Amino acid sequence: MTRSIDAKTSEPVIRFEEVTKSFGDRRRRHVVLNRVSFSIPRGRTTVIAGGSGQGKSVTLKLILGLMRPDSGHIYVDDLDVTTLRGAELRSLRTRFGVLFQGAALFDSLTVFENIALPLRERTRLSEEEIRERVMATLRQLELDGHEEKFPAQLSGGMKKRVGLARALQLDPEIVLFDEPTTGLDPVMTQEIYELFSRTQKRLGYTAVIVSHDIPKVFDLADRIILLNRGEVDVFNDIEEIVHSTKPYIREFAEMTMGELFGGNSGEKGCADE
Amino acid sequence: MPEETPLLLRPFAALGDTVLYLLTDLGRMGIYLFASLLGVFRRPFRFGELVKQLRFIGAGSISVIFFTALSSGMVLGLQGYYSLHKFGAEGMLGSAVSLTLIMELGPILTALMVTGRAGSAMCAEIGIMRISEQIDALECMAIDPFRYLISPKLLATLISVPLLTAIFDVVGIFGGYLAGVKLMGVSSGSYFNGMMQSVTNHDIRLGIIKSFVFALLLVWICSGRGYFVQRIRGAGFGAESVSKVTTQAVVLSSISVLIFDYLLTAILL
Ligand SMILES: Nc1ncnc2c1ncn2[C@@H]1O[C@H](COP(=O)(O)OP(=O)(O)OP(=O)(O)O)[C@@H](O)[C@H]1O
Ligand SMILES: [Mg+2]
Repeated sequence: MTRSIDAKTSEPVIRFEEVTKSFGDRRRRHVVLNRVSFSIPRGRTTVIAGGSGQGKSVTLKLILGLMRPDSGHIYVDDLDVTTLRGAELRSLRTRFGVLFQGAALFDSLTVFENIALPLRERTRLSEEEIRERVMATLRQLELDGHEEKFPAQLSGGMKKRVGLARALQLDPEIVLFDEPTTGLDPVMTQEIYELFSRTQKRLGYTAVIVSHDIPKVFDLADRIILLNRGEVDVFNDIEEIVHSTKPYIREFAEMTMGELFGGNSGEKGCADE
Repeated sequence: MPEETPLLLRPFAALGDTVLYLLTDLGRMGIYLFASLLGVFRRPFRFGELVKQLRFIGAGSISVIFFTALSSGMVLGLQGYYSLHKFGAEGMLGSAVSLTLIMELGPILTALMVTGRAGSAMCAEIGIMRISEQIDALECMAIDPFRYLISPKLLATLISVPLLTAIFDVVGIFGGYLAGVKLMGVSSGSYFNGMMQSVTNHDIRLGIIKSFVFALLLVWICSGRGYFVQRIRGAGFGAESVSKVTTQAVVLSSISVLIFDYLLTAILL
């Protein structure tokens, strides 16, 4: 409960104001976000949930300025991402660590080179220091022994972990993870979430995690943003979801957290696919 | 719901859409060219990548260029001999072969061969990086994709193509010598003398300018089409879009090389 109060009062680092994003042309318009407003608290973990195709990945791309909204504003601190270009956008992005849904590894580089790339390009560390850091991350994510492989030689879950390792290299201030645990087994999933808790405590970054691991990921969340048909609902506590009266949220809650919903909330850590 | 365009006006609406698309596309490509040229001067410079690209675009094309040059030189030798023989002017063979190669065929065929070999590969590579979000990932790491990805290819092409053109010219002239002198019996002295006397610095300069312009055209169009693979009208999505855009890039770049060949010849000759 204390955590949720924090999330309410903590100052926002990212703010969406009346953001609309749609795809398609005049004849076939598909509105993904319809005048949505919400904020993401600093130094906390925010989980973005919602069915497939509801705009979770699009939301992350909007934050990064990789896509531009049709209307509305997106602020990171006081910078309006929707108006930034070139060098300003690049300097804003230095504050982010990003894991894409498809991992987006560079397929002509090895696992090691992929993870070392941000260090090589953006820091002045020596090759030795880089090697040390990368190997440490690899061990942490149980990827040691695979450093000479190319992305095409990895499994889906391994790619995800390499992407995670790459995103965490520069000690980012804000991390955006798009489905970090898809394709991982339950044990690895648990470990990844524990790793998140640990590193967040250590580094104090703001985390935005898109995840389908409901309810497991709610243990981690200070704020939950639910996307549905272009609208968002913001929850600062899992209880709010459980007690919501909106039909589709009740449906979502029943589908994703059946046992929780039945009042068995003590076991949420064990509930799994 | 947006209002329907009246039936009668639809062709005009479509025309307008197309014109707008072409203008946007051209503008986009212009900015792209500017950014990739700027990227050449950004630090840190990726020397290793440049060497890799030089190997692929330049060194890797030598055998293709060699055989193309040899065969076209030999054809020129035979054809030239056949035509000149009618006027009893076999002595002109050397100058005819070398001028054709240095001013026209060398730059053109080199550019076309490099487009087919390296330009298409470049377009597909960049296109795949785009659709698999690798370019987005670069941008998110605040690594300038132009400096990192595009500019080394641009520079390598600008260095390789003129050098390959020079190799083409030399091998082609040798091919003409094989066909004209060794096969048809034109005297070796008149072949090389004719060449020395008729080829001027101006001709060589024209050839060099052409090869630079063609190199710029081909690397611009091929890499740029790949870079914008998702923005190209009618390209579709995924693997198919990359294949379509690669085809489009090769066709577009070959045609522009031919058009610019005419323009440059008309202006500079
Ligand atoms: N580049 C694009 N062009 C056209 N439509 C797009 C594009 N990107 C996303 N969309 C559309 O936007 C909607 C939201 O997509 P998004 O990728 O954000 O879904 P998601 O919530 O991340 O789903 P998932 O859980 O399956 O990853 C989808 O309906 C998709 O069709
Ligand atoms: Mg997604």
